[in-house]
Amino acid sequence: MRRVLIIGATSAIAEATARLLAARGDSLFLVARDADRLQTIATDLGVRGAVRVATATLEVTDFDAHAAVINAASLALGGIDTVLIAHGTLSDQIECQGSVDALRREFVINALSTMALLTPLANLLEAQGFGTLAVISSVAGDRGRQSNYVYGSAKAALSVFLGGLRQRLAKSKVNVLTIKPGFVDTPMTAAFKKSALWAQPAQIATGIVNAIDRGRSVVYLPWFWSIIMLIIRSIPEPIFKRLKL
Amino acid sequence: MPTVGSSWGRYPHVTQNIVPLHWRGAELPTPDGTLLAYGNGRSYGDSCLNDAGNLLVTRGLDRLIAFDPGSGILRCEAGVLFSEILDLVIPQGWFLPVLPGTKFITVGGAIANDVHGKNHHRAGTFGEHVRQFELLRSDGSRLLCDRTQNSELFHASIGGLGLTGLIVWAEFSLQRIAGPWLATETLRFENLAEFFALSSASEKDYEYSVAWIDCCAPEAKLGRGLFMRANHAQVSNAKRPPRQRHLRMPFTPPLSLVNRASLRLFNTLYYHRPIAAHGLSHYEPFFFPLDSIAEWNRMYGPRGFLQYQCLVPPQNSAEVVAELLRIIARSGTGSFLAVLKTFGEREAAGLMSFARTGTTLALDFANAGPSTFALLDRLDAVVAAASGSVYPAKDARMSSAHFRQYFPQWEKLQTHIDPKFSSSFWRRVTE
Ligand SMILES: Cc1cc2nc3c(=O)[nH]c(=O)nc-3n(C[C@H](O)[C@H](O)[C@H](O)COP(=O)(O)OP(=O)(O)OC[C@H]3O[C@@H](n4cnc5c(N)ncnc54)[C@H](O)[C@@H]3O)c2cc1C
Repeated sequence: MRRVLIIGATSAIAEATARLLAARGDSLFLVARDADRLQTIATDLGVRGAVRVATATLEVTDFDAHAAVINAASLALGGIDTVLIAHGTLSDQIECQGSVDALRREFVINALSTMALLTPLANLLEAQGFGTLAVISSVAGDRGRQSNYVYGSAKAALSVFLGGLRQRLAKSKVNVLTIKPGFVDTPMTAAFKKSALWAQPAQIATGIVNAIDRGRSVVYLPWFWSIIMLIIRSIPEPIFKRLKL
Repeated sequence: MPTVGSSWGRYPHVTQNIVPLHWRGAELPTPDGTLLAYGNGRSYGDSCLNDAGNLLVTRGLDRLIAFDPGSGILRCEAGVLFSEILDLVIPQGWFLPVLPGTKFITVGGAIANDVHGKNHHRAGTFGEHVRQFELLRSDGSRLLCDRTQNSELFHASIGGLGLTGLIVWAEFSLQRIAGPWLATETLRFENLAEFFALSSASEKDYEYSVAWIDCCAPEAKLGRGLFMRANHAQVSNAKRPPRQRHLRMPFTPPLSLVNRASLRLFNTLYYHRPIAAHGLSHYEPFFFPLDSIAEWNRMYGPRGFLQYQCLVPPQNSAEVVAELLRIIARSGTGSFLAVLKTFGEREAAGLMSFARTGTTLALDFANAGPSTFALLDRLDAVVAAASGSVYPAKDARMSSAHFRQYFPQWEKLQTHIDPKFSSSFWRRVTE
């Protein structure tokens, strides 16, 4: 019976993960922007067996609102064991190439807001001496590619931040889990053509729950992305430059 | 998972714009062209397809809304699968009131085709158990439909082939069970007379009944098969069988694996297989014998296959079914599993419901081109002459003349159709 805070709870991966947690009787606190969608999901999780589900709305870019939401979650759940941070946008690379505003917005959402949330949360878990911070980064953060390097570099920053945090919190028995999904078939990617590499949110969710339970540090989901990214990372720049990735 | 936007028979191939839905509170999308809801594509033909139009893919509407474990009333979004419902409610002592031969169908699809199962004589169709649903129409209105409010739309949408608008969520009643076990009996019969005798003898004491027919049997053995009947077992804690092995057809073979020789061999072996007269069966292999091989529909090769499911009225069921079997046996085609079942005397739940009193025969045919279509037309001639009908959920080819004869109430449905909604099937049989 865990007490889980989920930020970005209306994303497809977070929702699928919450269903697995609800079915095993965890208590959940769901945070996202849209109150109606949150309610839709909270009701569903209740029917699926969640012991307790509470919700709060939050615009993650409203940094001043973070503390109140974390407090509300801690109060409602009677403490926090596990945090899953799953919010994010799939940046429009072309737009970001032409607009510094867009570039900044994408970094605020995909990197800074998450780091900001992790700052008080890390301190909270460090002080209590247990818990898990599970954060969705991306394989896109492993190497800059012309097709999405703005999104990729925001996720790269996040991955490095998580690496440092993991080292810092290890001695407090707090685990930091970096989750790197590959292509996932979600509303965010509805417009994409799907190949065999695409995974369903439910598959990713199972991987996330397993990784949390086993105290893993970094997981690629599905696992084969660790091999794909190993190859992509090891291509020398002179060759990489000429690829169309 | 089959490709979104194709149907189970993998025929016909069409081009359509895929519009995934995710939130039940959202407005109906308004792309150019006609709209059609698409559940999980378990219809065989083109009733779930919309060539040159838009498909509203409902699988993202997969949330539960309310479940009362005391009364067994469940309310959920229309894209929830029967398999998901079973996983949720069986541990709490409940079961779906009607189950077709696959559990991978959505609630919306179950209503729009008003599906039937092996307990039609006891429970009727799924539509009988639906209490209410919300219908989202292209003018933006959300209509709560039940037996008193918007009751005409309620009855038109049950079996309404998805044409009356988008069913957003539905509420229906479940049935109580002690556990996931069935007490089953399997009996061999040598001809159709024996089948009908077994069928009527079983109606009173057995909740579920269905028969498999050897569709390759020679004239002298015409109509032989195996009769299966079952009741929910009163045990709740029998040992779970080893989990069904999950196999998958990994790719589509270049040619159909289903041919005269493999069919005859399978049918003969199946008929003569050793059977235990009585047994305790987990519900899955009993209800969904085909679900254990994912994407088995690929075995028919790239041209896909056609299912033919017809209903013949009770008065002359025996002669008509015999005639159909004779035509099929002579053709040397037909399927591994030819299913024969009698429907009980129940009032149809929907305006266009397929399941009515009579006998239904269902079987698959590899698509071998014009010869297959000609064969099915010959079957239609027999069914039409007998005042029977053919199941739109399984159809990809019936003529519009036959459709209108099978479902004279189609004109009434037309008055309830949402002006923006249409399907490949509907255009084919009405235009
Ligand atoms: C192996 C197998 C065995 C089967 N056995 C049986 C059986 O025993 N008895 C039986 O009756 N059927 C049987 N079927 C057929 C199947 O049950 C029906 O075709 C069912 O309707 C498929 O549901 P679906 O969710 O896949 O819907 P789809 O096939 O995707 O769509 C079916 C229809 O429902 C409409 N629809 C879907 N969702 C909505 C919605 N939200 N709002 C409005 N309309 C909607 C579509 O427009 C379409 O007209 C079987 C199919 C298979 C593959």
